[in-house]
Amino acid sequence: MDSLRYKAAIVGASETTELGSIPDKTAFQLHVDASVNAINDCGIDKNEIDGIATTMSPAALAHYLGIVPKWIDNTQVGGTSFLVHVRHAAAAIASGLCETVLVAMAESGRNRVGEQTARIGDVASTPGGRRDSSFPGQFESIYGVAGPTTQFGMGVLRYMKETGLTHEQLASVPVAQRKWANKVPRAMYRDIITIEDVINSRIICYPFHLLECCLVTDGGGALIITSADRAKDFPTKPVYVIGTGESVESPIISQMYDMTTSAAFKTSSKKAFEEAGVTHDDVDHLMVYDAFAHLPIYGLEDLGFVKRGEAGSFIEEGNTSPGGKLPMNTNGGGLSYTHSGMYGMYAIQESVRQVRGEAAHQVDGVKTSFCQGVGGMFMAAGSLVFTNEEPHR
Amino acid sequence: MSSGYNKPIPVPTPESDVFWEKTKQHELWIQKCLNCNKPFFYPRMNCPNCLSDNLEWFKTTGLGTLYSYMINHRPVPGFEEDAPYAIAIVQLDEGPRMMTNIVGIENTPENLILDMKLKVVFDDVSDEIAIPKWEPV
Repeated sequence: MDSLRYKAAIVGASETTELGSIPDKTAFQLHVDASVNAINDCGIDKNEIDGIATTMSPAALAHYLGIVPKWIDNTQVGGTSFLVHVRHAAAAIASGLCETVLVAMAESGRNRVGEQTARIGDVASTPGGRRDSSFPGQFESIYGVAGPTTQFGMGVLRYMKETGLTHEQLASVPVAQRKWANKVPRAMYRDIITIEDVINSRIICYPFHLLECCLVTDGGGALIITSADRAKDFPTKPVYVIGTGESVESPIISQMYDMTTSAAFKTSSKKAFEEAGVTHDDVDHLMVYDAFAHLPIYGLEDLGFVKRGEAGSFIEEGNTSPGGKLPMNTNGGGLSYTHSGMYGMYAIQESVRQVRGEAAHQVDGVKTSFCQGVGGMFMAAGSLVFTNEEPHR
Repeated sequence: MSSGYNKPIPVPTPESDVFWEKTKQHELWIQKCLNCNKPFFYPRMNCPNCLSDNLEWFKTTGLGTLYSYMINHRPVPGFEEDAPYAIAIVQLDEGPRMMTNIVGIENTPENLILDMKLKVVFDDVSDEIAIPKWEPV
């Protein structure tokens, strides 16, 4: 096995039936809902599924679905976990450990139905102070961090100073993505917005305004992955996995090697490009996990689509908007479509829809899509390259 | 010592106890590797550059610069009276970076200029713990 190029394909893909606010289902139920939808999408007999990858208990999900798998993956590196699961599934299939994998993800991120913990950032007050010996507890929590809104963008002012990125260019990220969401019925927010709207929305954590921060929703998604050879047996258009990558950097944001670039993005995406054997010009469609507005900026640069310092003007000039040369985050992204906490699955789903040619806001002629995920706060990365072009041409 | 301190309190571990013992004495100590001579933070038992365990703690100058920051408008419990407050990254003159709060100056974008010089100060939050913070020089 020299590479994972054309070894596996996504044949079934679906999100949860509902998306946004789902007060009547637990996160577990949403996993099942998404899994059943993905199974029905490709019409597979569930007993043919012999591998399960999920961040929840694989036993709980397998047992609920009446499956005794030959292969499991419980990798949990935040919101990019599902991109990593796809990579691991492709490797497992290629090496014969299993034949067909279900990757499932769901969260009750908004209503917290059946979730063990409070919403990220909702830290209970402890009279006399919460005592914490953990690594982030000793060196970050003590300074008043409140989850991703107060940490993820920590390097942005530094990035601005070093590259000249303007506040207006940062604001142009949600503006561009809303143009995509405008034609996506399942997107939570669809109304066109302007840079002024973004700048005038309330400050959550300077330099980030409300419209530069992701949504908080309920939902999930699931995938059925099998060997590329078997993909033609299904009624859906095969979405071949041709490039994959993964990496991790620092467990806490203050200890990134350089806070203006993601070492994990670079490592992961480089591997995926090399494996796929495609160039940046071959990429027709791009997803970059956007928990906050700076992520597509870091992504464009760390993935090598633009040179350092060019991403802000690239987006502001419309290159990633409808009609632009590099359509990006075409579902509206975490900033407009949905974000239940671990967005990576939704990014994959949109790549699959675009490669199949069935997206709500479809880009003409998509053959190859690049999907970039982030886990934690620049803690982890996963990269996938998909195509609808048949192998061995 | 502030009474009624409701912010999170760090609990030292075997790796970090020297760091917190020194902050209690209002000194900022970090480690360096005696094999490759590189200073580093956070406390570790092996050098992140060469994995040597031939390390030593040393007292820093307590001087640094403002590397980056955010200003939080939605305080966590215990920080209500501080908001909006900056959560910042200071780059020590010795090289390593650490998260901090900026004190002694109103936390506004106009006041907080990247690369401004800072010096460490210590907030005695209990009899056992002093938290390093930084203020403009």
